[in-house]
Amino acid sequence: MPDAPGLELIRGEIERDRPGAVLATSFDRGQAALIVDPEHVLEVLRWLRDEPAHRYDFLSSLHAADYLPAQPRFAVHYELLNRDRVERLRVKALLPDPSPAGGDDIEDSPGRESPISETGPAGQGHGLPEIDSCVELFPTAEAQEREVFDFFGIVFRGHPNLTRILMPDDYVGWPQRRDFPIGGEPVTFTYSERAYD
Amino acid sequence: MTELRELTEDRTREVMTVNIGPHHPATHGVLRLVVDLEGEIVRELRPVIGYVHTGIEKSCEDKSYWKVIPFVERMDYVSYFFQMEAFCGAVERLVDLEIPPRAKYLRTLFLELNRIHSHLVWLGTTALDLGAISMLWYCFRERDKILDLFEMACGQRMHTRYFQVGGVIEDIPLGFERKCRAFAEEMPIRVGQYQDLLDRNEVFLSRTKGTGIVPRERLLELGVTGPLLRAAGDPWDLRKAFDYLAYPEVDFKIPVGTVGDNYDRYRVRVAEMVESARIVVQCLDALPDGPFIADDRKYVLPPRSELSTSMESLIHHFKLVTEGYRVPPSEIYYSIEGPRGELGCFVVADGSAKPARVHFRDPSFVNLQAFREMALGSYVADMIASLGMLDPILGGVDR
Repeated sequence: MPDAPGLELIRGEIERDRPGAVLATSFDRGQAALIVDPEHVLEVLRWLRDEPAHRYDFLSSLHAADYLPAQPRFAVHYELLNRDRVERLRVKALLPDPSPAGGDDIEDSPGRESPISETGPAGQGHGLPEIDSCVELFPTAEAQEREVFDFFGIVFRGHPNLTRILMPDDYVGWPQRRDFPIGGEPVTFTYSERAYD
Repeated sequence: MTELRELTEDRTREVMTVNIGPHHPATHGVLRLVVDLEGEIVRELRPVIGYVHTGIEKSCEDKSYWKVIPFVERMDYVSYFFQMEAFCGAVERLVDLEIPPRAKYLRTLFLELNRIHSHLVWLGTTALDLGAISMLWYCFRERDKILDLFEMACGQRMHTRYFQVGGVIEDIPLGFERKCRAFAEEMPIRVGQYQDLLDRNEVFLSRTKGTGIVPRERLLELGVTGPLLRAAGDPWDLRKAFDYLAYPEVDFKIPVGTVGDNYDRYRVRVAEMVESARIVVQCLDALPDGPFIADDRKYVLPPRSELSTSMESLIHHFKLVTEGYRVPPSEIYYSIEGPRGELGCFVVADGSAKPARVHFRDPSFVNLQAFREMALGSYVADMIASLGMLDPILGGVDR
């Protein structure tokens, strides 16, 4: 891990090359994190990957979290690793919820918005948070971005095949959002019920 | 009766799409492969996953921290100790709890026994895929001994719930050390026997050598870790790279391969079993005395014997069991070297007694992305060999 001053140095260097990309830093329990503007996340990731003095060129993990009721609500985390210096650095992009509900009236819309297939993942007006896909920088993110889309409904712009990966293709809703209720999921036998009528 | 028509077109160049799985013994779990075959050559491959998705990560959000442990064990059902360590280690770092030295060694000991167990399951089933049926019985014979050891120490053969936040739930019983040492000293001999059976087997050699090669740089791009990466010649092992548990204090080697074909993957894992057995012996030799779980009553259950004499212990016990402990708002990513690669656990705490998010970076899930490139252009039989050597556990992939 870079220590707290090292993290500030990295932030300063990014600030020099890409002004305004890094919004804040956090150093907590020995883990360094850069909180970046979601519009500039690709630039920061590319800088961290290619800058000769840093070379965080291994993406260990990509995951998301829903911080409801905090605003902005969602975050995508990139756990970067420099294997030569054995240092981890987390890049965190906070995403607001663009849906009309905005997470305010939890009872009315428990995360079950219309399925993505109606408008298509790239289409506008689907009310889902969007961020650029980093598959070109880190091919390992392919499946992990699909997983984040599947569970949180975060759309990755430019992803080659943004479809559900673990949930069924015809599933409606984003199950790991915090306002999605736990339990009560009916067991569906999609294709076998009618055959035995 | 219809007349047989003579084939006018050349059917040998036809591409046929074949579904393999989801229920198929060669897919090592509930994995579906949609394969485009031209004759016997794989031209395109799409793994379809999600058949055993049970929403464990979501369910964890509704459990207090200590109840999450048995849940996450059931993700990757072959390496349950590793899931426990990833989660408990993450929570310990969140609440800043230091575990006693004896617990560190006991955890290391059980992790390495589990690594041998996991590799034995892999070797038996993969050799079975390649036609070596007897390997399954030999490997499962040794696996049973490990499960006996687990049962002796934890009371369960699988999904032991042995690791706790703060240490381990019980000390090892009398006689465990002797039995465990006998096993760890026997294991390298058994591994030698496996190698004698396989390393001169013409069928095994010709089916594994030179198949499923993906270059090291590509593996790194795809995020592949663990024995697959080491077989391609990259000595990357989190046990050496990061400082956790008793690994800095034990002596072991990192086996690496050269070309990164299926044969190298087999050799690396087999050599890892010997190294793990060495770590087990060293842990038993150097096992420090002292408590096996931390003494912080805010997070750790008081000893059973105190409950009948101390009111304070009873209160602590009651609070911990009914409500659980609160974890200050924070988030952490803690990763360890699992038998299949980097096993990471990401926990978000929101200040309540339940985690706001538990995410596992499962090595099988990430490594599976390399499978397409391992299999493209090879025979369908080599694809099965590559899948076995990839060693995915679908419970971990789907969670």
